[in-house]
Amino acid sequence: MRNQTSPRGRLRMIALAAGAVLALAGCSAGSLGSSGGGGGGVNLTWVLDSNASTMKAAESVAAAFKAQNPDITVDLESRPSGSEGDNIVKTRLATGDMPDLFLYNSGSLFQAIGPVQNLVPVTDEPWVGTLEENFKRVVTADGNVFGAPFGSQMTGAILYNKRIYAELGLQIPKTWSEFMANNAAVKAAGRVPVIQTYGDTYTSQLFVLGDFHNVAASEPDFAERYTAGQAKFATSPAALKGWQHLEELHDLGYYNEDFPTAKMEEGMRKLGDGEGVHYPMLTNGITTLAVASPEGAKDIGIFPIPGDDPAKNGLTVWSPSAVYIPKTTEGAQLDAAKKLQAFIASPAGCAAYAQGVRPNGPFAVDGCELPDDVLPAVRDFQSFVDASAFSPALEFLSPIKGPALEQITVEVGSGIRPAADGAALYDEDVRKQALQLGLPGWD
Amino acid sequence: MRTATRYWLGTAAILAFAVVFIVPFLFILITAMKTQQEAGLLEFTWPTQIVLLDNLREALAARDFILIIAFINSTILTVSSVAIMVIMAAMVGFVLQRRPSRWSGYVNFLVLAGLIIPPAVVPTIWVLQGLGLFRTMPGLILVEVAYGLSFSILLFRAFIATVPRELDEAAIIDGAGPLRLFFRVIFPLLRPVAVTVVVVQSVVVFNDFTHPLYFLPGEQNATVQLTLYNFQSQYETQYNLLFTNILLITIPPLVMYLFFNRQIVAGMTAGAIKG
Amino acid sequence: MAITTTTSSAAPRGAAHARPAGRRPRSPYPAWFFLPAAIIYTIFFLVPTFASFYFSLTRWSLFEFEFIGLENFVQFFREPALVTGLVNTVVYGVVTSALKVVLGLLLGVLLTSQIIARGFLRSVVFFPVLVSTIGVGITFQVLMDPFGGPINEALAAVGITGPGWLTDPSLALLSVALVDVWKGVGLATVIYIAGIVSIPQEYFEAARVDGAGPLHQFRHVLLPLARPATVTVIILSLIGGLRSFDLIWAMTRGGPGFTSDVIASVIYKQYQAGFYGLSTAGNVLLFVLVTAIVLPLSRFLNRKEVEL
Repeated sequence: MRNQTSPRGRLRMIALAAGAVLALAGCSAGSLGSSGGGGGGVNLTWVLDSNASTMKAAESVAAAFKAQNPDITVDLESRPSGSEGDNIVKTRLATGDMPDLFLYNSGSLFQAIGPVQNLVPVTDEPWVGTLEENFKRVVTADGNVFGAPFGSQMTGAILYNKRIYAELGLQIPKTWSEFMANNAAVKAAGRVPVIQTYGDTYTSQLFVLGDFHNVAASEPDFAERYTAGQAKFATSPAALKGWQHLEELHDLGYYNEDFPTAKMEEGMRKLGDGEGVHYPMLTNGITTLAVASPEGAKDIGIFPIPGDDPAKNGLTVWSPSAVYIPKTTEGAQLDAAKKLQAFIASPAGCAAYAQGVRPNGPFAVDGCELPDDVLPAVRDFQSFVDASAFSPALEFLSPIKGPALEQITVEVGSGIRPAADGAALYDEDVRKQALQLGLPGWD
Repeated sequence: MRTATRYWLGTAAILAFAVVFIVPFLFILITAMKTQQEAGLLEFTWPTQIVLLDNLREALAARDFILIIAFINSTILTVSSVAIMVIMAAMVGFVLQRRPSRWSGYVNFLVLAGLIIPPAVVPTIWVLQGLGLFRTMPGLILVEVAYGLSFSILLFRAFIATVPRELDEAAIIDGAGPLRLFFRVIFPLLRPVAVTVVVVQSVVVFNDFTHPLYFLPGEQNATVQLTLYNFQSQYETQYNLLFTNILLITIPPLVMYLFFNRQIVAGMTAGAIKG
Repeated sequence: MAITTTTSSAAPRGAAHARPAGRRPRSPYPAWFFLPAAIIYTIFFLVPTFASFYFSLTRWSLFEFEFIGLENFVQFFREPALVTGLVNTVVYGVVTSALKVVLGLLLGVLLTSQIIARGFLRSVVFFPVLVSTIGVGITFQVLMDPFGGPINEALAAVGITGPGWLTDPSLALLSVALVDVWKGVGLATVIYIAGIVSIPQEYFEAARVDGAGPLHQFRHVLLPLARPATVTVIILSLIGGLRSFDLIWAMTRGGPGFTSDVIASVIYKQYQAGFYGLSTAGNVLLFVLVTAIVLPLSRFLNRKEVEL
């Protein structure tokens, strides 16, 4: 998540393309009521990253909140995303210059902004009880909860074409060998078994990042030992699997011919058309799918990247960002900010969010329902979450993510570098990041 | 050379040059005229339907008119940095050429160093942050000035050597101080080389991608080169708009070239032979 | 082109006499004229350059730094990706520079001969020098697309299967270098034109009288006398090539994988990842590399010139 080329960062950038004009519209919409400042009204300023869909969703939430609380006005203020945004958030917190509320990542990036010193804890708020467990964990520091989830969860999984599956009489695979058998059948039917799109390099990371549920299933302490510098991708058999899968599929010629240059949007089109049948991607890509292949999108579902044990089949899940209140917010502002935070973490808040942007995954709040018009892939996602068959992604359990992962996975997926080499190289990259963070246990 | 050979060779050269140097520009132009579907095929064919104007409108309006903002930013950047560069470099070139002293050796060395040494980017950001100029237009302008000074000084120094000293002496006898001597007498005479410096450095600064990328990051700060780069990922299938954008930012250098063809070539060669 | 003739850095010494020894009258050429330029140059170029030597020895997050000795350089040479970058930088610099010399010379000769449409051809070859590198990069990325890109389609039409210009790991760097040459050969050509035009015609006439054919004239008259132009083209394109970033970033971002990374792109990636000390160490390496190649080479080339 740390740099701009990470999956989320990149997806944000792409999402920008979809509804470009909205960023400024968001700002002005937020300031509509600010002229009537008298009469004891409160003006809240909420900082969030400047991407169009975030803005659109926040605008919708702010409007719904205003309808319930006519005396509170919410102004939206945008900040850059990516590592640049990280620095801005840190600087503003450090200088006491942070407005009333702000949106920021959960997980290790959240830990890095000094939550205990800088943020208002919300542990005792009634809505905290309704939070999804995983999410609650990634906004908790020193036993206190600090944030309300804004937006939907995301998973890295295999998007597949249900229509072709039905045509070929295939079943959803629960193990890697079943998956490979399906691939062979798809190939025999003259279609592309697995879509890869290295024109957008970040999409190459999925077999490694999305496999983490399986790693955690067979080595439950992997994240901890990885952070301590003890577990390595190259030497842990479970963690090496993702790399081997990437290599195996390439060597069998299962990728689309134009995988070195194809972009994510083309991948989604191929998937929707049934030209390709599997596409390992993040569910954020569903937005692109709906645009690239509006009809085909209705045939697309998801299943987890299969591992070895069918009993432990499950998804790797990324938690949404959260809204936090800095300690510098006080008095009437604080009360109003807490009200807004509670609203965001309520079913009404989720509904307002969904009115602004169609969610690509389940919300992290109990009682929040997905709207009826979500695509089948999102429903599939929800069903795995309902069945509790999922784990958080590694980047929520460890602060270390090597910055060169996407280049290395491109090399392995293109047959330039063997899987074991790639994993070892990535371990070096991870070491570099760990040294930079000054973590204990790394020389 | 015999006339037959002349024509034969000339025609062959024209054909070869057309394929190698003109076709890529033609490709930009025709792709910018196509509809989205047709442009997506990436074929070198004449558009069945010419929608250049629609594409222009759409490319300019995209993302809150970011391209127009970028053109304004690029114009401010180019005009200010080149203006500062020209005056400062002319002053240095003047004294450097007119008054050799024990300093001259060092100054010359520093000027050459400025041409060869790759700028240290992150420490420059550190300096800019220390001065409160990081992510600001003035900061980027000063950085561009610093990087462009060497080349400009070389051009000015060489040209000032051709300005007769008698002019200085006449002005000094008339009681002109250094400032008047320089700005009223010498600087107007430097017009030809000043035009060269302005044109060459404008092209360089306008086309600069690396330094805005490092020193002026952020959506709303974009210069035209950065928008192009950002649009690349956004216009994944909208090649018509991507190439409309390329077309638009190719126009300013083209206009420059049409007007100042001779100066550009003279300046590039002069600077090159010095370097 | 008159400017090019007065390039000697040995400035005339006449003025020095005007100054009486001991006392310092108000000079019409005050040293403070250096000051504005010197301040900007010092703050924004010299200070960062000197600071880079220190920061390259630190682990640095912009807010705080910790001295770690040569660890960054050790890290640099531990990573195969970064070493590839070093090798690629040299390959890229040498290939682009060599091609620009050869093609620039040939085009220079062609465009100083009596062919038709000479002025037009000169303009055409020079125009790419002026346009946006990023624009050129994106355009050629599309033209060179191995799946349906115009270049390979054209090759297919004459029965050749085009390679994966930018996707084949062994070709990607060279493809970018080719585009670099396409964009920069105009400058080399113009420099050669200037050099060739300044050769007095008598030399050619004398050679013709001696019965020398065109090839002989080229080899024994034009080539040695155009030497200053050659030196310039080599030095200039080497400096540019070794420092090159824009084009590579626009076309491959160092990919596929790390196969077309050069030092400048590695520096940017480390910067993006927040490894500021490591990024700066890359800067120092680039500085050392450019100086170590360009300075001795330019000294060597210029000395040979004097001997002629």
